[in-house]
Amino acid sequence: MARVAPAQSAADPRRRRGFIRTYLTPKQAIPGQARLILAVGSFVFVVGVWWLLAMLVQNPLFVPSPYQVVVTWWDMMVNLGFYNDVGWSAFRIVAGFLLAAAAAVPLGLLMGSFEAVRSFFNPPINAIRYMPASAFIPLLILLQGLGEDEKITIIWIGVFFQLVLMVMDIAHRVPDEMLNVAYTLGASRWTVFYKVFLPATFPEVVDALRITMGWAWTYLIVAELVAAEHGIGSFILIAERYLRADRIIAAIITIGVLGLITDTLFAIVHRLAFPYVEKVRT
Amino acid sequence: MSEIEITDVAMRFRGRHGEVTALERISLTVPDGQFACIVGPSGCGKSTLLMVAAGLITPTEGEVLVNGKPTIEPGADRGMVFQSYSLYPWLSVRRNIEFGPEIKKVPGAERRKTSSELIHLMKLDGFADAYPKVLSGGMKQRAAIARALAGDPEVLLMDEPFGALDAQTRQIMQELLTDIWQRYRKTVLFVTHDIEEAIFLGDVIYVMTSRPGRIRTTLAVDLPRPRTFDTLAGQRFAELRNQVVGVIHEESLKAVESELARA
Repeated sequence: MARVAPAQSAADPRRRRGFIRTYLTPKQAIPGQARLILAVGSFVFVVGVWWLLAMLVQNPLFVPSPYQVVVTWWDMMVNLGFYNDVGWSAFRIVAGFLLAAAAAVPLGLLMGSFEAVRSFFNPPINAIRYMPASAFIPLLILLQGLGEDEKITIIWIGVFFQLVLMVMDIAHRVPDEMLNVAYTLGASRWTVFYKVFLPATFPEVVDALRITMGWAWTYLIVAELVAAEHGIGSFILIAERYLRADRIIAAIITIGVLGLITDTLFAIVHRLAFPYVEKVRT
Repeated sequence: MSEIEITDVAMRFRGRHGEVTALERISLTVPDGQFACIVGPSGCGKSTLLMVAAGLITPTEGEVLVNGKPTIEPGADRGMVFQSYSLYPWLSVRRNIEFGPEIKKVPGAERRKTSSELIHLMKLDGFADAYPKVLSGGMKQRAAIARALAGDPEVLLMDEPFGALDAQTRQIMQELLTDIWQRYRKTVLFVTHDIEEAIFLGDVIYVMTSRPGRIRTTLAVDLPRPRTFDTLAGQRFAELRNQVVGVIHEESLKAVESELARA
């Protein structure tokens, strides 16, 4: 629920509008303008500190300035075909993530609704969840070689086992009463499943996809750092060999921006597909 | 004829400290068209009894007959309204109300006629296409009652439907419900912990006590209908309330004493 600041009438002298009262009251909303200034300010602050550091160190090899990184990024795109690497990484992410989601969402829903399915799948999945996906890389290289299927499998492992348990929890949380109402209106088990149970889970499932998408990036880069011909990760590795910190930083920022874009896309899809959801998450 | 016949229903759970008796041999009959209220403290098993009548849970002993048929499974002949409204957030108010008819494959035009009528009756005009998230608690519960009525059930089972509403809204809802009941004359089994609510709404009141849940007293409410806000101010209303309060007070004291004795 949005918290609205109590109307502070300037006419009431008993209500002082001091700095402490406005900004240091716990959980109290601050003026919208201040919020914007703080948000922009934080960005300016980070870039400023970076710039200052670069000026103090005066070693563009290891601490390039923000301006230098922007120039390098443009150079990477125009002369080094960096967009190609971005494309490869994006392809792997999308393929691995879609394959993981296609398996995890149905299984998670079944595990959340049927105790028999849950009892069968939960123990192994819970155990594997604690095995880091990156630890599987050497094994997968042995089994699958260095091709695309190896990268996609890493992402799949990283996403699937987390996502399936999240979806299971979501399904498990669907209130009994929601289903019971349908039964007392004459619905069959199947009708309750696809007309009540499934739609009740959708918004949160999309939320879970959004969160796990972020993790997929981590696994992809690790896989590409270990062994890959193309991709942002392999680009970073090559840049390191040539002592090009500026290129590494430019690549990392590119990943961040891509992550932000996918996250925003998920948020937009969520808002368009589920206009009825009460709490709007950003 | 839509009669609810509860015969020797007992409910026992296997708890951590041995067997817990939630309901102990409860028998009561709600004749066709009667508004029956069950009043009792929380944890006395009154909701459990309603779930048994709905066919959502199976009792350890005994059975519930609705129209002579045992309630082994839930069905459209027994509409239920829960305290938590349980509207489907992804459906508009109208689609929520039409949920039952839709399952029964009632033709679209007829479905629409039913929902329009109920939307008007439940004072939800203008909100037919709204999602539940914009409704107030009272409106949500009105929509939920409309949804239960749209299924045209033989009997209506209501589990503390106004328990989550504030006092003013609750009063308005009670008045609306008596009006609706006068119109449809459904057989109603209504569970509440609010004594005044039970007296205002019911033809008969069953006072339940807890641990084990059993019916302590049955009380016929002889207040004339239609009942309105003025009913609450009447002398007879006060008498009935004192009577019920007296019984519950006595039972509560006994419960405290037996707890002390055990300690």
